[in-house]
Amino acid sequence: MAIERLFIANRGEIAVRIVRAAKSLGIHTIQAHSEADVEMLSVKLADEAVCIGPAPSKDSYLNIQAILDAAKATGADAIHPGYGFLSENAGFARAVEEAGLIFVGPSADTIERMGDKVAARQAALAAGVPVVPGSDGRVDGVEATLAVAEQVGFPVMIKAAAGGGGRGIRIANTAGELAALAPQAKAEAEAAFGDGSLYVERAIVAPRHIEVQILGDGDRAVHCFERECSLQRRRQKVWEEAGADCLDAPTRDALCASAVALAEAVGYRGAGTLEYLYDESTKEFFFIEMNTRIQVEHPVTEMLTGIDLVAEMIRVCGGAPLSMTQEQILRSGHAIEVRICAEDPFNNFMPWPGRIKTLVEPTGPGVRFDHFLSEGYQIPPFYDSLVGKVIVHAETRDAAIDKLTTALTEMVIDGTKHTGPLHLALAADPEVRAGRFHTQWLEPWLDAGALSAKGDAA
Amino acid sequence: MTAILSPLPGTFYQKPSPEDPPYKAEGDAVAVDDVIGLIEVMKTFIEVKAEAAGTFAGYKVENESPVNAGDTLAELS
Repeated sequence: MAIERLFIANRGEIAVRIVRAAKSLGIHTIQAHSEADVEMLSVKLADEAVCIGPAPSKDSYLNIQAILDAAKATGADAIHPGYGFLSENAGFARAVEEAGLIFVGPSADTIERMGDKVAARQAALAAGVPVVPGSDGRVDGVEATLAVAEQVGFPVMIKAAAGGGGRGIRIANTAGELAALAPQAKAEAEAAFGDGSLYVERAIVAPRHIEVQILGDGDRAVHCFERECSLQRRRQKVWEEAGADCLDAPTRDALCASAVALAEAVGYRGAGTLEYLYDESTKEFFFIEMNTRIQVEHPVTEMLTGIDLVAEMIRVCGGAPLSMTQEQILRSGHAIEVRICAEDPFNNFMPWPGRIKTLVEPTGPGVRFDHFLSEGYQIPPFYDSLVGKVIVHAETRDAAIDKLTTALTEMVIDGTKHTGPLHLALAADPEVRAGRFHTQWLEPWLDAGALSAKGDAA
Repeated sequence: MTAILSPLPGTFYQKPSPEDPPYKAEGDAVAVDDVIGLIEVMKTFIEVKAEAAGTFAGYKVENESPVNAGDTLAELS
C-alpha cells in the first residue's frame, strides 16, 4: 500500500528535505514539531503541522508515545524518522509497526541486528564482507598472542580483553615489538582487571573513512557508489565527497559489491549506508558498521547519480519495488558537501545559535543549499548545531573545489557564527586539494592553527 | 544588586548534575569566576561564571528552564 499521509518525526534541514521529497511524490505531509520549533521552515512548508511537546528533545522528538499519538490523531499512515533522534531506535520502529503504521526505514529486527556491533560483524562475515581482522575473542598467553598476530597481519593493536574503551591499547609493528609489548600488556591487564587475557586486532593506521550508499526493497538491493568522509572533527564528519578518488576501479567495484551483498543478506529495505575503514597503503577495506537510515551527507550521492534517495526510500517503504536496476545507476563528475554549523570556528567550535539578519544563498548550476534558515529566524539552542549544507557538483574534483570556494564566498549568513570560514580554509589547503587526508588529519591541522583568525588559510 | 546574565541562549541548570545540590545557595559568598550554573546550548554545556564578587541572593530562573542571551540568571547583593 503506497504511503498517502507521511508524518515527519524530525526537524531542521532534513525535515525540509523529507517534506519536499514527499510532495514530489504527491504525498500529504504532516510535520511534527516541539514548542521551540513553531517557526521552523518545514512547519511552514508541510501541508499540516502538529506540536508534540516542549523544547527538550526527550519531551518531543524522542518521546515515542507523543509521536505515535500525534501520528494517529492526524491520520498518518507512515512515519519518517529522518536521521538522529529515533531513526535507529528499534523500539520505536517496532512501536510504529505495532501501531499499524509504516516506518520509513528497515524492519525493527534489521535495525536491532545491524545496531549490535557483534551481530553486524557476524552478518558481514557471513555475507563475505571483510571486517577488521582480529582475534574474535580473548587470547591467553604471549605465545598465543604472537600466533594470532601473525594471522591478522601487522601492525596489530593489543588491549586487555576485560578493559573497555581505548584503555591500555598498544600498537606493535613487528613480531619483535609484540614480543616485548605483550608481556607488559598482560601484566597490566592482570593488575587492572584481574584478568590477563588480551584482544588482538589489526591496527589500521591513519585510515580513510569510506562508505557505500545502498537502497533496498526487502528483496533486491543496489548501491549508489561510495562517499569519502575522512575529514572529521571529534568523530563528526565536516566535509564529504562522492566519489572517493583514492579508489581504483577494481577496488571500488569490490567495495560496492560487498555492500550490496550484505544489504541483500539482511533483506534490507529503505536507504542505508555501510561504513568502512580503508587502508590506502594496502587497498584493503574493512566493514565497521551500518547506518540504517538516511544520512546527513546523502546529497553528494544524489548529485553524483541523479537519484532522489529520500523519495526512493519513501517509495520502497510504501511497498514498491526498487525503481532502478544496478546497471541504470551511473556516476558522473564529482560532488562535495560541507556542513554549515552554528558554531564559532575561531573559538574552538563553541555553539553560537544567533538570529539570522541577512541570508544570501549560494546559487548556480551544480550548487545546492539544503538548510532551514530565513532572515529573522532565531536558531533554537536546544538541538544539533547543523543548520545547512552546501553541496556542489562539477566535472572533476578540482572543478568541484573551485565551485565550492565560489559558493561559500557568495553565501552570506549574518547574525550567527557558522563554520563557513572553516570550509573556505579547507578548500584553499594544498593537501585537501590533493586529496591527501585521512580520519586523523583534520584535528592536528586545526591544532596547528591552520584556521587563522581572519578566516583565510594561513 | 548585581545581576548575572546568560551569555547565550539555551537551557539553564542550577546544578552540576541532577543528584548534586545547586552551585550556590542564598547567603553564600561568591568570588569572581565562581561557577553559578550551566547553560546547555546545542548539546554542549558551558559554565556560567560570576564576573563580580558578592553574596549570593538567589537564582532568578528555575532549574532546567529555557533562557535567552541577556536573561538574568541570578543576583548578588
